[in-house]
Amino acid sequence: MSESTNRDQRPSRRRDMPSGLWTRCPGCTKMIYKSLVVERGNVCPECDFHFPISSDERIRTLCDPDSFVEFLGDLSPADPLDFVARRSYEERVRETREKTGLTEACIVGRATIGELPVVIGVSDSRFLMGSMGSVVGEKIARSIELAREEGSPFIFVSGSGGGARMDEGMFSLMQMAKTSAAIQRLHEAGGLFVSILTNPTMGGAMASFAALGDVILAEPKALIGFAGPTVIKQTINADLPEGFQSSEFNLEHGFIDRVVDRQEMRGTLIRLLAYFCQEA
Amino acid sequence: MENESSAHGLDFEAPIVELENRIAELRSFSESSEIDLSGQLEELEKKCEEKKKAIYSHLNPWQRVQIARHPQRPLTSDYLKGFVTDFMELHGDGAYRDDPAIVTGLGRIRGRKVMVVGHRKGKTNPEKVACNFGMPHPEGYRKAIKKMRLAEKFGIPIITFINTAGAFPGIQAEERGQAFVIAKNLQDMASLRVPVISIVIGEGGSGGAIGIGVADRILMMENSYYSVISPEGCAAILWKDASHAPRAAEILKLTSSDLSAFGIVDEVVEEPTGGAHREPMETIRRVEETILRHLDEISDIDPDIRKQQRFEKYMAIGRYADEQQQTIGDQG
Ligand SMILES: [Zn+2]
Repeated sequence: MSESTNRDQRPSRRRDMPSGLWTRCPGCTKMIYKSLVVERGNVCPECDFHFPISSDERIRTLCDPDSFVEFLGDLSPADPLDFVARRSYEERVRETREKTGLTEACIVGRATIGELPVVIGVSDSRFLMGSMGSVVGEKIARSIELAREEGSPFIFVSGSGGGARMDEGMFSLMQMAKTSAAIQRLHEAGGLFVSILTNPTMGGAMASFAALGDVILAEPKALIGFAGPTVIKQTINADLPEGFQSSEFNLEHGFIDRVVDRQEMRGTLIRLLAYFCQEA
Repeated sequence: MENESSAHGLDFEAPIVELENRIAELRSFSESSEIDLSGQLEELEKKCEEKKKAIYSHLNPWQRVQIARHPQRPLTSDYLKGFVTDFMELHGDGAYRDDPAIVTGLGRIRGRKVMVVGHRKGKTNPEKVACNFGMPHPEGYRKAIKKMRLAEKFGIPIITFINTAGAFPGIQAEERGQAFVIAKNLQDMASLRVPVISIVIGEGGSGGAIGIGVADRILMMENSYYSVISPEGCAAILWKDASHAPRAAEILKLTSSDLSAFGIVDEVVEEPTGGAHREPMETIRRVEETILRHLDEISDIDPDIRKQQRFEKYMAIGRYADEQQQTIGDQG
């Protein structure tokens, strides 16, 4: 046994919300009483803006209390390319680990949701923008395999502005094929995959496993797509329409099943799991 | 008279092009004046050959990227003409539109049935524009997988030619689900029971490349590249300046030799000295030979085992530290 089961005891270094009683909401730019935001699962009471939350917190909001047991928490990034730009990949990883207490950009494990056993993973955008390198790909692919072997549903909450992690080059790109192949095996075995998209899910993460849910749910107003808005803007040399690549845009164009408020997400999951995984 | 290759010459190739031009001049002078200059010609040709070897044996990654993009480099259409007989193009994705940036169709290689899927860049300017410079929209990926499923139904092996700067980043591409169709292709290609061979013939641009690239055998031309991000895109992120692309090409480890050393690529097809664009016919012959050899190797494998092996091949790709040798079973 080497996993860290109780992540709650780790020093909390969340920086999502500035300290103080009030906070300015990036969604509506209003000053909001902070405890009101926290009470609503880090959602703005005025405009429904969903503040980013840590993977730990996400687990708390979705899983039955204390049911989450992490596995593969020890996998850590190698540096197969000896990638050095302004700073080395190694240095960036070390620094990010110290700052966040995270070992990588996602955690995976077993849990129960509404008392049903699931395999669940959550990406954490604080770690190199939630990007997918070898470790994230490996964790996801092996979790999917476990879900298939045990006949458990697989749930993954994506949040990756980084897509496939540049610092690991082609190893990262290949994780797209690897995770998608694992999903195919789960699919052939009749397993359920619920993909939950949060702000932002882009690039290599979105163009692989995250897009392959039997049911795809998204938090409101998340940025979801293939190419980043800046790249598109530069390529076509034109302004992008309002709400482009939002959850609602993806719903309208038929790519996701539902837009679900953060506070409704656990309830929605319980309903889906009960529907697909219970006889009656 | 300026010859063709100098019009598209790459900086580092200038000494070669210069010698090639002198040879061409001398030859035409010799022919028109009926003076025998074969001795001098031979000497110059030898010199040119040596120069090619010297330059081409020490190419840096950025130079290879430039060769991969060379306007006279053989394209999917050249390989089709070169060794695919009875080719019949099949159009359309059955949903929205026929995307010219990807060509799909039936054919034979030395009599053997194959389904061909490849990025299409186009040769002339109007062609290039029509093909969106080889950058597909979602319907291109949908067309590709539709034809692959057809091949699957009739047990026909699939050959994919990869040559794209990337899937197109545009408003309509996003509206039509670029991320979702690429993901679907990755999933569906993992399900195929027929043999699949992919070869990167020029540019292997990220998701747009792998979107038709899940295969039993991944081949690369010597001077092609395959990368998670374009060197320009990488440079723009790292140094806020796309002109640092040569440095980015260096650190991304995107060349055929890097990827072969990583075990990601199964075989590198050596190009004639001076690059595929100098000797397209010989290049095409080598590609045909390599594809056939791999096709032979994987065709006799039981379809379910082949599919299983493809899955295991991809599961094994990744480098990470696992000090505790963790397995999920240990977690109890
Ligand atoms: Zn607000």
